[in-house]
Amino acid sequence: MTFKDTFLNGEQGLFKPASLTPMQKLILRFVVVGLIFYGFAVIEGMIMRIYQIEPISAMPDFQYFAMLTAHPLVGIFGSTYSIVFGAFLFLVPYLMKKPLWSVKLGNWTFILITVGTLTFWLAGFITHYAPLYTLYWPLPVDFSQFSPIGGTFFIVGIALVMLGAVFFVINIFKTIVYTPEGWEKQPSKALIASAIGYDGFTNLFRKKKNRKEHLVSLPVAAIARGSVDVALNAGIILFTGVLILVYMVGHLFGFDLKDTAVDALLYKNWFWWGLDLIADGLVLIFVAGTWYLLAMMISGKNLYMQNIARAALLVELVVSWTVWSHHLLSDQSQPGFLKIISGELVTAFELITQGLAFFITLATLWSARPLKMTNELKFLLGGLLGFALAVPAGIMQADIGLNRILHNTQWIVGPHVHVAILVGLTMTLYSAIYILFPIVTNGAKLYSQKLANFHFWAHLIGGIGMGAFMGMAGLEGMLRRTIYFNGEYTLYMILAGICGALLLLAFLAFFYNIVMSVGLKGVIGIFTPSKLDEKNLLPQAK
Amino acid sequence: MVDSQIVLTGQTIAYSSYAVVIILLMGWFGYHLVRPGKSSKVSHAFFYTFVGFLVVLGVSLHIVTYNTIPWASMDMNRDDIKPDKVFNITVEDHQFILPSEKLIINVGEKALFDVSSLDLTYGFGLFRTDNSMLFQMQVVPGHRNDILWQFDKPGVYSIRSTEYSGPKGAQMILKDVVEVTIP
Repeated sequence: MTFKDTFLNGEQGLFKPASLTPMQKLILRFVVVGLIFYGFAVIEGMIMRIYQIEPISAMPDFQYFAMLTAHPLVGIFGSTYSIVFGAFLFLVPYLMKKPLWSVKLGNWTFILITVGTLTFWLAGFITHYAPLYTLYWPLPVDFSQFSPIGGTFFIVGIALVMLGAVFFVINIFKTIVYTPEGWEKQPSKALIASAIGYDGFTNLFRKKKNRKEHLVSLPVAAIARGSVDVALNAGIILFTGVLILVYMVGHLFGFDLKDTAVDALLYKNWFWWGLDLIADGLVLIFVAGTWYLLAMMISGKNLYMQNIARAALLVELVVSWTVWSHHLLSDQSQPGFLKIISGELVTAFELITQGLAFFITLATLWSARPLKMTNELKFLLGGLLGFALAVPAGIMQADIGLNRILHNTQWIVGPHVHVAILVGLTMTLYSAIYILFPIVTNGAKLYSQKLANFHFWAHLIGGIGMGAFMGMAGLEGMLRRTIYFNGEYTLYMILAGICGALLLLAFLAFFYNIVMSVGLKGVIGIFTPSKLDEKNLLPQAK
Repeated sequence: MVDSQIVLTGQTIAYSSYAVVIILLMGWFGYHLVRPGKSSKVSHAFFYTFVGFLVVLGVSLHIVTYNTIPWASMDMNRDDIKPDKVFNITVEDHQFILPSEKLIINVGEKALFDVSSLDLTYGFGLFRTDNSMLFQMQVVPGHRNDILWQFDKPGVYSIRSTEYSGPKGAQMILKDVVEVTIP
């Protein structure tokens, strides 16, 4: 095939959009849009990396901070939520061998997350609304610095994403418990008990012969438990969004509400409680579940220590509700018992739960050696390494003594946040994309293995390297969320910038590889309606 | 009191060593995972030993730091410690308002920095002349934000906001306003 033919029709013309079911199109739409938003986040990240080397004179500081506000939100909500929600809306019915409860609701999730992300991104880009994702009170309603109109659109955009998240949760739980047409009545309560992990937990205390059978598979249980945190997080963010909107609308109508009516420390507590349901909740639970699924699919073996893994997921869920105070170790009015119990001790449990998931995944893979080093396997190992590096970095900063000299430095956002998200989470997602690619495309072939190899090495080295150089700067006092105008950390920032460029190149190589695999017509075809029955996940054999 | 620079050096060595070991371990695992060989099940004893190791590590980290990093216990018990000097500082409209032009502290003294915000959430940090951080805390409006610190060495420090408070916050720096001198 000529280059032009491949570009238009995909590798060997194997990808046929007309053969896709509505469910396959849904997941592919989520993935395409998720990757585009990832591209937004990477390009923004690269611009900010350059700015950290030398502030760009053409870009005023308020534009930089607007970008800093949008960057993590586009990355987490626009990209990760899209890819994860799309994959799970496909995987839950796939693993339970029953149709999704509502394809229409799945489409609404897709639309709301896409439109919501574009809305808050544009609000930040045009009006420079920049209170950061932390929204520390009363900054989001400081109208001497930010436009209330821009802020209103920003908050509405976030609210749309949260509504999409709520629809996702409803769809997941309804799919687990509902009885499809023509099926025997499903035991809803028993399914929920299994999905939430109640049965797995009680099995730990039962004799082997008395143990209850698991009605849902472990990956579905992980998705269900992570979805609980998605729902709680959406509730907190929506509540906070409404509060901020009240102040904004009041200001627009000419009456300013007193911002002291809201206690800044109490606000910080509830908001971090909600935000941590993402960072220390659903991300860790979803990632552990995805590792288990990938390990089973790659090895073809049952999961090592399955009951322990199920129980650990339940423990992680409870831990995620009680760890928020590690973000407030530098807040001197935060009660000491919360700092010690929630901030230090419960947070240390994440070392245990994530360590267990790490070990169980490796042991499952080991039981099937020798394995072939496929793309999904190498990216899974990369994802495991990412969390093995990032979780201990986080545990160190969640310490009353060390936090005093680490809080808000580049250490937090480098070796912990970016290594966790870029290396740990994103490489796990890439592994899932590589393994699901032939399933959801009905056998399309990857355009270039060499590009896939480059993608792997450039992403791994770029991600770890960027985190490491940011961390080194942080240990020498470089703060996050600020600008250095006198070249105080230029060497570290140049090295981090080179690694950031590797990440950008890795993404471009991957994106090009995927576009050449399915072709331009294929990409367009993903967004046209399917004529196949929406009850079927995959095309039925004739 | 142990200087925070020494603690950071210790952390750098500990974490860097761990990072090298875990990267090598994953490389070894990946290499042997695809080599010809018999598949084998990992023993339960190994698994439970690993779990025990994680529990010991998670709990001991905080016990070790609490007993070796001097400011940790001083911070938790600061209400019971009488400071040698108290500096009341106010922050408003992205400006630090100090009680005097320079804050002078004698070596060996315990100084309490009591910082109040009249509008936004800020940060308060002391930085050495090489930009490295001595310590920081958050400054939350409507609440008491105080930190007690013992200065064992002479030096000059800058005050800088360590929390984002809007674009104007990046300029919240008071150069060389804290002086620790030998009496």
